[in-house]
Amino acid sequence: MSARSRNAIALAAAILVVVLALPHLLKPYYLGLTSKMLIFALFAMSLDLILGYVGLASLGHAAFFGVGAYTAGLLLLRAGVGNAIAFPAALVASTAIGAGIGLLALRARGSYLLMITFALAQVVWSIAFGWRSLTNGDDGMPGIPRPNFGWSLDNTTGFFYFVVIVVAIAALLLAMMVRSPFGLALRGIRESESRMQALGYNIWRYKFVAFVLASSFAGLAGVLYAYYNHFVGPEYLSVIQSAEALIMVILGGAGTLIGPAIGAAVIVFLEDFISSMSERWTLILGVIYVLVVLFAPRGLIGLFDDFRTRRARP
Amino acid sequence: MIWVIHTLNGISFGMLLFLMAAGLSLIYGLMKILNLTHGSYYLVGGYIGLTVMRLTGSFLLAIVAAIFVVALIGAAMERFFLRRFHLDELPQTLLTFGFLLIFGDLCLWIWGGDPIMIPKPSILAQSVPLGDYVFPLYRLFLIAVGLVVAAGLWWFQQRTRFGTMLRAGVDDVEIARALGINVSLLFTLIFALGATLAALGGVLAAPILSLYPGADFEVLILAFVVVIVGGLGSLRGALVGGLLIGLLDNFGKAFFPQFALFTVFVPMAFILSIRPTGLFGSR
Repeated sequence: MSARSRNAIALAAAILVVVLALPHLLKPYYLGLTSKMLIFALFAMSLDLILGYVGLASLGHAAFFGVGAYTAGLLLLRAGVGNAIAFPAALVASTAIGAGIGLLALRARGSYLLMITFALAQVVWSIAFGWRSLTNGDDGMPGIPRPNFGWSLDNTTGFFYFVVIVVAIAALLLAMMVRSPFGLALRGIRESESRMQALGYNIWRYKFVAFVLASSFAGLAGVLYAYYNHFVGPEYLSVIQSAEALIMVILGGAGTLIGPAIGAAVIVFLEDFISSMSERWTLILGVIYVLVVLFAPRGLIGLFDDFRTRRARP
Repeated sequence: MIWVIHTLNGISFGMLLFLMAAGLSLIYGLMKILNLTHGSYYLVGGYIGLTVMRLTGSFLLAIVAAIFVVALIGAAMERFFLRRFHLDELPQTLLTFGFLLIFGDLCLWIWGGDPIMIPKPSILAQSVPLGDYVFPLYRLFLIAVGLVVAAGLWWFQQRTRFGTMLRAGVDDVEIARALGINVSLLFTLIFALGATLAALGGVLAAPILSLYPGADFEVLILAFVVVIVGGLGSLRGALVGGLLIGLLDNFGKAFFPQFALFTVFVPMAFILSIRPTGLFGSR
């Protein structure tokens, strides 16, 4: 057995122990917060697939998150179908919206891409916000039931395990994807589009597939969040949510999967912690944006790397 | 006749959108910065105008003070924050979004959460007869201001030395610099000018749309739609786009209240799909 796979097994075992121990160590409130961290970790990782690995910055990623949540919510509450249909349908819907927005947006790049994804996500938001008879507008839709697989998801521990399993499978898929030839081609495109084109890669197709896959995973995170809150509202789709995903990725470190997950956990924790003490969370979040851009442009992972290289070469 | 009223309402709102979009477009055209703080310039400008109006009772002084403060904010943001990330769009966008959150929350802190209106200046508070209806004079005043600003900007861009420098900078920053144009000063001044237009829009809009938390986001999003429809970096695009979106928004709200925002976004998506650079955008 190689050292590498031994490490991987050790890591997996450690994670398993932590996951099994957490419900006994944490109060239910903090276990719930951990579920939220995991959901946003998945959301941030899905954005990183295009931002960190292909270099496509999107200011509309919440559209897919929200479409996943809304599709599940509408089917469960309005159409009266069960989660066996609503859950996969939500993934299909967010994937389809991802394909639609990708077709329109991916012709642009740089700041123009940011603006177009922003505007197109706003179209989706305007439907959720404006179509009151269907979506309840800005009141949102409460009462979304969690799925039932024989073990109850209505208590914090049961739901935590469900989120852990779903997020772990998704993260594993993402990790396999970025290490596959497909993922390497994406990184090649990030480094030099013209060179990859010269090598015969169809750049647009790779970008498009990555964009659509990122939308599917964002949709999955959105459904989980709808279950988590038993609720979906237009704020799931808002530009604030899209920007928050960006800052989670940048804070953690773009171009790694663990970085955005850490970034998401930090932001979710800070939001909870600071909101409990002060009404000025929005102000502080704004300051966090500024500080991250100025002082940690490569994220916490980057800071950690710098620290290690400085220690190694005194 | 009701159509005329709706059309005039749409045009006056379109002129406000033009003021917002012109600044966004100028800043993007020269520096390629997607300035999300532009919504804050509008809101902060409006609130400063409100405070000055309460203190002095002068609408003109309110406009001057709002423009002065917001232009300083814009210049400071460009010089101390955005400049070091020149042409690096992600950090710039995140910075401007951070400032959008900061200013939004500061406004909520200082001026509270209830919508507040600035009273109209008394000369403009009347209405003019229009067939069987009356139309508020203030909205006609807005249309006039929009036209004057559009003409002024056109003159500035085409007929002044500084405007020539601006056009040179838009075409090629490096060559402009090599020709001895002080590009660094140009950047700061254009950023301040864009902020000025947004602040003017904020004060002018306050008597009819009122000021409230979240108005910064709403107006920012509509301004972006205008810029996408009209074409980035084009003054003519900002004017035509502003009028178009102003009219669509007004008729949408009047006839399809459920889909008010939709009447604005669907044409945008349509234009985006057939002409990605907007109606008047180059490139």
